[in-house]
Amino acid sequence: MIKRALMHGVRTCRVAFRALARNKMRSFLTALGIIIGVGAVIAMVSIGEGAKRGIENRFAAMGTNLLFVSPGSQAARGVHGGWGSMQTLKEEDAAAIGQECPAVMYISPSVSARAQTVYGNKNWNTSISGTGDRYPEVRNWDVEFGSYFDENQVRSAAKVCVLGADLKTNLFEDDDPVGKVIRIKKIPFKVLGVLKKRGESGGFGSRDDMIAIPYTTAMRRLQGIDYIQSVDVRAVSADQMLQAQAQIEELLRVRHRIAPGAEDDFTVRNMSEIAEAAAETTKMMTVLLGSIASISLLVGGIGIMNIMLVSVTERIREIGLRMAVGAREKDILLQFLTEAVVLSLMGGLIGIGFGIGASKLIKKIKMFASFNTVVSLESVLMAFFFAATIGIFFGFYPARKASRLDPIEALRYE
Amino acid sequence: MSGNIIELRNLTKTYYIGETHVNALQGVSYTIEKGDFLAVMGSSGSGKSTLMNIIGCLDKPTSGEYILDGEEVSKFDKNKLARIRNQKIGFVFQSFNLLARTTALENTELPLLYSSTNGKDMTERAMASLAAVGLKDRAHHKTNQLSGGEQQRVAIARALLNNPALILADEPTGNLDSKTSSDIMNIFKTLNEEKGMTMIMVTHEPDIAAWARKRIYLLDGLIVREERT
Repeated sequence: MIKRALMHGVRTCRVAFRALARNKMRSFLTALGIIIGVGAVIAMVSIGEGAKRGIENRFAAMGTNLLFVSPGSQAARGVHGGWGSMQTLKEEDAAAIGQECPAVMYISPSVSARAQTVYGNKNWNTSISGTGDRYPEVRNWDVEFGSYFDENQVRSAAKVCVLGADLKTNLFEDDDPVGKVIRIKKIPFKVLGVLKKRGESGGFGSRDDMIAIPYTTAMRRLQGIDYIQSVDVRAVSADQMLQAQAQIEELLRVRHRIAPGAEDDFTVRNMSEIAEAAAETTKMMTVLLGSIASISLLVGGIGIMNIMLVSVTERIREIGLRMAVGAREKDILLQFLTEAVVLSLMGGLIGIGFGIGASKLIKKIKMFASFNTVVSLESVLMAFFFAATIGIFFGFYPARKASRLDPIEALRYE
Repeated sequence: MSGNIIELRNLTKTYYIGETHVNALQGVSYTIEKGDFLAVMGSSGSGKSTLMNIIGCLDKPTSGEYILDGEEVSKFDKNKLARIRNQKIGFVFQSFNLLARTTALENTELPLLYSSTNGKDMTERAMASLAAVGLKDRAHHKTNQLSGGEQQRVAIARALLNNPALILADEPTGNLDSKTSSDIMNIFKTLNEEKGMTMIMVTHEPDIAAWARKRIYLLDGLIVREERT
């Protein structure tokens, strides 16, 4: 019984293939909508996946026992918000966190700005990161050449700097920058070293296009401010991260004289919260991209329906003939439905290939060079399944129309 | 050899078009014996197309009985009628009605798609059918590579495939020149006289009708005359 059904199925497919092959150009044009739709979905989702992986890798590289302390209460801004221009965090707060919280291993205060950096006849507008001397340990980001600045240089607000790998290339090309003097906002700084290349990020821009200087120097000599913008904190271990968070919060409450029950004037965020939020965002982005691309898949389905309707009209005589030699309504229905499904599945297959190719191509375009694209098996299977469903759904109406023709009228059709 | 293959008992067919109705057949009774070669003639509106559609099981009479090869088919549902067409009736049309861009062999095989036959048998039987009409060596030519006469012969091979009880031909030579028409009619004659195949043919050309051994004339939904050669 199953064998007969299978044989019948194979025969139906063969009949469908032959019918489609009789008019190859039309079959191709019909499937084109699905090809483009599936290809678009695969390419778009691959961008989203790539962004997600990129961000995941970035968080993994930093480690999960990282905390950020920033001024301003939680309610004042959302997850992404800039660190605000609040002035309630002072460098003494950062020092206290480092000394008085047992679960805290290292701290690095942060003061950032953008400025013009000049060396010889090269200049470049870049991001200036004022950090503590423990920044490499806190951020898990070491120097490639030379060394980072030390405690003393921070205390004395020395005019020293460490270059990001891309900035080094922009100003020095292949020359050794260690020991040389560059100008930041016209102030001379001695180069102590070059940071390791961090590589792609999950979004625009390179993370190696930056320069690190002591935060004290940034505060006093560059920006002329007396507050810090945030503190990066590395807990003793991942297990102790929540304790570190609690300790910091208590300490700052005391230092800032916040009454119990009153709102904090600072926020402490831990890495896993941030990672989760970022993951949520990229997931949403992927879903959004995929949905938009799916619209083209829908349009492809409508295209299949239209062309199949035309095909049925053109083949009215053929349908009449088939009925005359013994085809029942359900034979005709099955034949045309199979043609639609075969078309959409083949379109799906080609579309998957097309989408994989497109996602590889996207990486090559300069503008999107920092985008990573990852084609997941999940998205391929989903796209294939959608293609099949669209074939069945949009092919049904024309197939039914065909099966309901009156054989006598059909045979008479001009 | 003898025996009735078709019995028509007081067949009527009425079409309702909006408010009015058309009495296409007004009570046709006739018997066709096995091995007959019958021509059905009449002007348009005489009801001959309606009669052929009913005989061919493409349509059902409004009243009356149609007994085909011992079965009363006038009450059969669509699916059963389809089965009867597949097993018992071979159609030959004026415009051949072959599938385009398809080989003669595949065209001939078509009825087997809708009967529960094994795939292997299909090709053998189709080739035998093509041989019977003299087209064995053109089996793999596509429709557009065949002449009009050859295409009609493929249609005949297709009609013969399931060893039907009768062949129904609707103006079979209408699209052919006189020489080819003779060839086709000769095939019909051979099938009828040597293989005992019952042939029923609709035509309006007297010299084609002359090939048949019986002729009936329809007028206003009734048989008004019968001739025998």
